Amino acid sequence: MNKIDDISGTEYKYVGTRPVRPDGVDKVTGKAQFGADLYAPGMLFAKILRSPHAHARILSVNTDKAEALDGVKAVLTYADLELGDGGHDLEDDMNHVLENVMARGKALYDGHAVAAVAANSASIAKRALKLIDVEYEVLPHVTDIEKAIAPDAPIIHEDMYTQDMDPKPEKPSNVARRMEIGHGDIEAGFEKADFIFERRFRTEAAHQGYIEPHACLANYRSDGHAEIWCCTQGHFMVRSACAALLGMDLSKLRVTASEIGGGFGGKTTVFIEPVALALSRKCGRPVKLVMDRDEVFRASGPTPSSVIDVKIGANKEGVITAGFAELWFQGGAFPGSVIDLGAMCSFACYNLENVKAIGWDVVVNRPKSAAYRAPGAPMAAFAVESALDDLADRIGIDPIDFRLKNAAEEGTIASFGPKFRRIGLKETLEAAKASDHYNSQLGPNQGRGVASGFWFNFGGTTSASIKIELDGTAVVTVGTPDIGGSRASMCQMAAETLGIPYEDVRCIVADTSSLPYSATTEGSRTTHSSGMATVYAAQNAIGVMCSRAAMIWGIPEDAVDWKDGHARPSGANAGDFEPMSLAEIAKKAHETGGPIAGHCEFEAGKVGQSFGTHIADAEIDPETGFTKIVRYTVIQDAGRAIHPSYVEGQYQGGAVQGIGWALNEEYIYGEDGRLQNAGFLDYRMPVCSDVPMIETEIVEVPNTGHPFGVRGVGETPIAPPLGAIGNALSHAIGRRMDTIPMSPPRVLEAVNGG
Amino acid sequence: MSNIHVSATVNGDAVEFLCEPDESLLDSLRDRLALTGSKEGCGTGDCGACSVVLDGRLVCSCLVLGAEADGRTIETIEGVADGDDLHPLQQKFLDHAALQCGICTPGFLVAAKALLERNPDPDETEIRYWLAGNLCRCTGYDKIVRAVMDAAEEMRQ
Amino acid sequence: MRYLAPASVDEAVSALAAEPGKTGILAGGTDLLVQMKTGLIEPDLIVDIKKINDLNAIRRENGGFRIGAGVSGAQMGEHAELARAWPGVVESVNLIGSTQIQGRATAAGNLCNASPAADSVPALIAASAVASVAGPGGTREIAVEDFIAAPGQSVLEKGEIVVSLFLPSRPEHASDAYERFIPRTEMDIAVVGVGISVDTSAEGEVKNARVGIGAVAPTPLLVNEAADAIVGTKLDEEALERCASAAMAACSPINDKRGTIDFRIKVAGALAKRVAKRAYCRARG
Repeated sequence: MNKIDDISGTEYKYVGTRPVRPDGVDKVTGKAQFGADLYAPGMLFAKILRSPHAHARILSVNTDKAEALDGVKAVLTYADLELGDGGHDLEDDMNHVLENVMARGKALYDGHAVAAVAANSASIAKRALKLIDVEYEVLPHVTDIEKAIAPDAPIIHEDMYTQDMDPKPEKPSNVARRMEIGHGDIEAGFEKADFIFERRFRTEAAHQGYIEPHACLANYRSDGHAEIWCCTQGHFMVRSACAALLGMDLSKLRVTASEIGGGFGGKTTVFIEPVALALSRKCGRPVKLVMDRDEVFRASGPTPSSVIDVKIGANKEGVITAGFAELWFQGGAFPGSVIDLGAMCSFACYNLENVKAIGWDVVVNRPKSAAYRAPGAPMAAFAVESALDDLADRIGIDPIDFRLKNAAEEGTIASFGPKFRRIGLKETLEAAKASDHYNSQLGPNQGRGVASGFWFNFGGTTSASIKIELDGTAVVTVGTPDIGGSRASMCQMAAETLGIPYEDVRCIVADTSSLPYSATTEGSRTTHSSGMATVYAAQNAIGVMCSRAAMIWGIPEDAVDWKDGHARPSGANAGDFEPMSLAEIAKKAHETGGPIAGHCEFEAGKVGQSFGTHIADAEIDPETGFTKIVRYTVIQDAGRAIHPSYVEGQYQGGAVQGIGWALNEEYIYGEDGRLQNAGFLDYRMPVCSDVPMIETEIVEVPNTGHPFGVRGVGETPIAPPLGAIGNALSHAIGRRMDTIPMSPPRVLEAVNGG
Repeated sequence: MSNIHVSATVNGDAVEFLCEPDESLLDSLRDRLALTGSKEGCGTGDCGACSVVLDGRLVCSCLVLGAEADGRTIETIEGVADGDDLHPLQQKFLDHAALQCGICTPGFLVAAKALLERNPDPDETEIRYWLAGNLCRCTGYDKIVRAVMDAAEEMRQ
Repeated sequence: MRYLAPASVDEAVSALAAEPGKTGILAGGTDLLVQMKTGLIEPDLIVDIKKINDLNAIRRENGGFRIGAGVSGAQMGEHAELARAWPGVVESVNLIGSTQIQGRATAAGNLCNASPAADSVPALIAASAVASVAGPGGTREIAVEDFIAAPGQSVLEKGEIVVSLFLPSRPEHASDAYERFIPRTEMDIAVVGVGISVDTSAEGEVKNARVGIGAVAPTPLLVNEAADAIVGTKLDEEALERCASAAMAACSPINDKRGTIDFRIKVAGALAKRVAKRAYCRARG
């Protein structure tokens, strides 16, 4: 009984309000339990030994001395992990995940795990690591894209030939794959152009920068069953990956998602969980493994660095006649950078007759990249939005008008194939144009930039259940870890659907044994997909309650309707009964057939893409190259904001991450292939005093595919900032900025004409 | 390496624990006293998630040795609320949605409380600079700063 | 590893001198604990000097200030007289790290860490600060500009500790300033740091000046040529340019994760002018 139309378009009691989140008090009192906060009786502490070399053959690993150290209970090497059957639901190649979790044969980057120890204390484990002898044969390395694709580059995987090439290459290379999308005839399009912009852009790798390092507690029991507690965006993913890497049955592994201290895509894969579990299996004790911050930088999954050539043509009327982009993304030491997403995002905001994007997936001696908030989109948008800014200047058209003229809308065929349903890009551009910010004056040494951005939003496998308690309250159970307040949104949607107060609904994230499969919290899918599942589960429970009311009244089930939290006879013919509240029905549950519950398991579809437009004002110090963001506005289509405060929070957080990436954040590798800035001191994320208040405007163009009109909002906010700030700086300096980060030395060089 | 016996006052309670000589106060609080509200984000004083007040001074507990705590007074996030009554800062963080994932929240609250005890009427710039040692990756700081300003206003009344 | 918290300087010195292994002196601990955490050092003995009462106070002496080695940046910032007399030194110390770091970090520790980029050192050099050192062989005084031998290495001998820093008395119409360049607004290590102290005549002419520059050479520098450029002037534009040129000429920086050679030199010049102006304005009230 998915009566979507019953809900959408009406006035809401809870959806769109700003209640306190259900997990809030625990989080402000220090009681919330994150990944590192659980302790088990008999627990051991584990540490991982990591390669100091960017590329080296591992000739031998001798663990004898470490094993002999008093207090050491288990030492692990690659020989203890072997790929079993399983993990089939995961997108990653499990062989790569296995090799990334523990090096086999070769260390492929600075920080690559080589061995691990579990001991009575962390300090013993640390000492034991020093007793492990690893014999390396150091190999030539490459950490830079342009060097990795050069003909004389050291080859990282001797058996890797570029896929999807015609003819098939004869020699191995560091390019894993080529891909291409587009439509029309770009050459013909460029012929029609009055203005052409062509340039190479580069972006350095950024890290998600979550404040909570990866942490887990694994307990393998002697009967072959095991439990993992960990901070992850997807505990079902952790279960699949660990089961595959340890050759376990899925049902024998129960994974519980702790509270998670940020992820932004970085916790959508496994790094330490299989190691802790294998150590626990080896010694029969619970094992806690927590990464240090430098390990997080060296050996988790930053976003790719990129090189992007972009060429865009437009005519005097401000119509884009052709767009072309060629993108190289390095995904670290393994294939699978987000090149497809980057290529697809390049021109997603625009309605182009002639468009083409070519992508190259490159490997280098760096950690295997993972998702980072709208993976691929910020780099692509930086190149394309910079190009548009330059073209608008040359055409002599306002940059927002230029975008409006070419903006994608309902019916536009995206460069990657599908036709957009109703979308809200134009609404965000119009709001930007009308904003106080856009119409304000700039001061000296200031420049203003505008950029738009896009994210697809994912659906995917989703489950939820809801139970109605005897006292008339309800508990929602979902399988998507709550990374930024989603339990509040679930409660709001359930309360709205059931017609009971928000305070009477509780939401929990269930472990992998307590709920059917749910895909990871990623792709801005949670409020959309788990939200839909919650609504459908609630409607399922409403169906049960209607039948109980029918039973009590002695009328047919289909003669009962549900409205405002009450079962009611559907009309005069159904009978004259006083409406029965949820609480009244719940109270009688045990007399009318047993507990009342609803559930939903489905493949969530009908996602609504979210578009946004940002305005950035940057001020430079022409003597030092220091950049200050003096004003920043985010305007984005949320479809429907279930909890507007957390929607704004996504906008603001994404913008500030983008500010950090645009200005200062970067992975810096030395000549030796080692990461130079594996800490918060030199990986410079914005601090509180670096940024202004971030102004927000929520545009609501409902997604007709969601019961409440939701579009995922989490990722789009990081797509525009690199472009918006690049454009602002380019205007402040009078010179096009083309390299991220636009750090003070680069800005000063540009100021001085470099 | 023999352990050191430490007697201290934590959130008003007299406590005793044994710690290793090179163990941080953060590890002592978490591993010895089960006070896991203070978080380790970096272990090198760069993120502020482990902020506590030591003899009246705001510090990173990751940069204090457990052994140094002997005879001293420590206040952690677990001592900010008065029983079930939240501190105004805690309430304002909830009201303003000034947390998303919540891992940095204990550190921000301890630091913000220390600020308001010194300066009951800080302006936005003072708040931002005082809190510059507390990293938040989720919120972009906007709602945190607003929550602190709002709490300060309420506490002044 | 052992942890010791002696009650006297003598006790501390004896323990340090007697230890055959590696030693670490714990004042604020904001460098020591980081180095231990990252595995850079593994001391066999840590001597915590904060339980030595004498080292935790700021005292007036001969018109100047004696700052104990255990005094935190926050304590210095709260000392109104000190902040009035040596605003540049105090602002340099208060720029080290966050509020949390300020609660612990000490100026003496910042000096002993011997980083070329230490924030307080250029300001202390400009201020003619002197470190009082106690050791097995007695006590000695070391001018701050002579204290750092190489990156991470001071001139302290085994068993020696810095007991205090002394800042001389201030004549009238004199002041100092410190400014650094960092890519963010807080929480960074200086890419360039400049401290300048000036002493002016009643008419506004610079009588004496000292210029300290950090992060542009293996050790923080006392740049006499930059000081000479402004002595005898009222800080006209030409004098400032000469000061900047001299500062830039003194730089021999490296390319690293925090900045390039070219960038550091240019910024050193820009900062020299700004800091000279600020110190001068303060001196003139």
